[in-house]
Amino acid sequence: MRQFEYTAATDIRGATQAISTKPGSAFIAGGTGLIDLMKLDVETPQQLVDINRLPFAEITENANHGLRIGAMARNSVVAWNPLVRERYPLLSESLLAGASAQLRNMATVGGNLMQRTRCTYFRDVHETCNKRSPGSGCAAAEGHHRTHAIFGTSEHCFATHPSDMCVALVCLSAVVEVQGPSGMRRIPIEDFHKLPHDTPQIETALARDEVITGIELPPPSGKSRSIYRKVRDRASYEFALVSAAVLIETSAGMIDDVRIAFGGVATKPWRSAPAEKVLKGARADEAAFRSAAEAAVNGALLHRDNKFKVELLKRTLMLALAEVTGEQR
Amino acid sequence: MTCNVPVPCRVERQRVLNDVRQALQFTYTDVMQLTLNINGREHRLEMDPRVTLLDALREHVGLTGTKKGCDHGQCGSCTVHVNGRRINSCLTFAVMHQHDEITTIEGLAENGQLHPVQEAFIECDAFQCGYCTPGQIMSAAALLSEPVQHDIREAMSGNICRCGAYPNIVAAVQLAQARRS
Repeated sequence: MRQFEYTAATDIRGATQAISTKPGSAFIAGGTGLIDLMKLDVETPQQLVDINRLPFAEITENANHGLRIGAMARNSVVAWNPLVRERYPLLSESLLAGASAQLRNMATVGGNLMQRTRCTYFRDVHETCNKRSPGSGCAAAEGHHRTHAIFGTSEHCFATHPSDMCVALVCLSAVVEVQGPSGMRRIPIEDFHKLPHDTPQIETALARDEVITGIELPPPSGKSRSIYRKVRDRASYEFALVSAAVLIETSAGMIDDVRIAFGGVATKPWRSAPAEKVLKGARADEAAFRSAAEAAVNGALLHRDNKFKVELLKRTLMLALAEVTGEQR
Repeated sequence: MTCNVPVPCRVERQRVLNDVRQALQFTYTDVMQLTLNINGREHRLEMDPRVTLLDALREHVGLTGTKKGCDHGQCGSCTVHVNGRRINSCLTFAVMHQHDEITTIEGLAENGQLHPVQEAFIECDAFQCGYCTPGQIMSAAALLSEPVQHDIREAMSGNICRCGAYPNIVAAVQLAQARRS
């Protein structure tokens, strides 16, 4: 591992100052992603600013009866929090579907938002990768890409976003709260992660000198039900091949409102507006679920070895919809 | 520079050379002084900030019960408790834990009495080669105080056993849970 200077920040001003005064600086929170990549020489920070002592781990109800989750809250703490479990079971379920118990005890909400891709070529400095080394090429295009994205891809990069939590956050219309030298700003979760286009190295809307302080969840609707269905190569402790998050309101068998997001299939947590459109106002039955699944995969861009994701995603969505509405498929 | 290591291909050779080059660049200019609280004892140590908690425990403090498996947070053999919670000690720097209470497998027994999970592992013969065992035991011991414990295979999925002693490991965790309740 390359050398770095270590600084522990005690307040937010110190943290943002430290990061902006020295080039090549990075924040470290849980460290589960960053240290892994530092060992692989993929991340080479010259200075680490430790933000573990910043007071952003609280989970509190805000004035409009939504929830504010501090960026330093550990994934396990969020997943087991009574308010989260009662009002946002989707978030709890998605967190518990990710990583292992040990990693969830370390990883923070802010770090989960900043997670890097698991693409083999991104993680191997001896290979070409436009995300790690812009302009070098994409070894995945001709190489192993069974786990790669079918949505939101570009000719420069089609690596998947690995987070489960972020898929739930997209479904829940979360807002990311960030703070920089010029103050605080709020970024809707759908605008937080960036598509690769011809700059796959730019992954989020976060500026270099900004730090994530928390996420806000709007108040839940009392009538909504939700589900997170994740399909992977192992039963546990594995990234999603495909995952579907569904938040739905039904009355008398009709779908009043629905939000759908996918993981494991796109370069960012992927909201499926086409599937939502098909379902809104429709009867909650197999025919509608099938149409929604067809709409969801429309426009998928496939590579040699990830074509199976189309059928897998359709089936996963249909199963999730059937389970959450209690309808037979 | 000549390389005597047998290298199967050019890429592999380049990889070895890069590793050697990087190793030669090591200059310990940034030795930090820190205090770690491990198993109830304070240890004053000096180390490079790059030292992981795992390497600090094994190489600086001499507590080699905690094992290094993959060193990438994938196998769980390095599991220790920090402030009562199980974590992978390979994916965190020692310098980040100066205010924390660290417990390793060496600190699990109390007053000469084995921890219930340790006893259960012996009774159920929950190991073969034993390399993953300290991590398995630390993980299971933490599990006993976590909110949901019914799905042991899911809760223990962060600990890999390459011998495949899983049936007995699950039995041992169940036994420890039963005795506790």
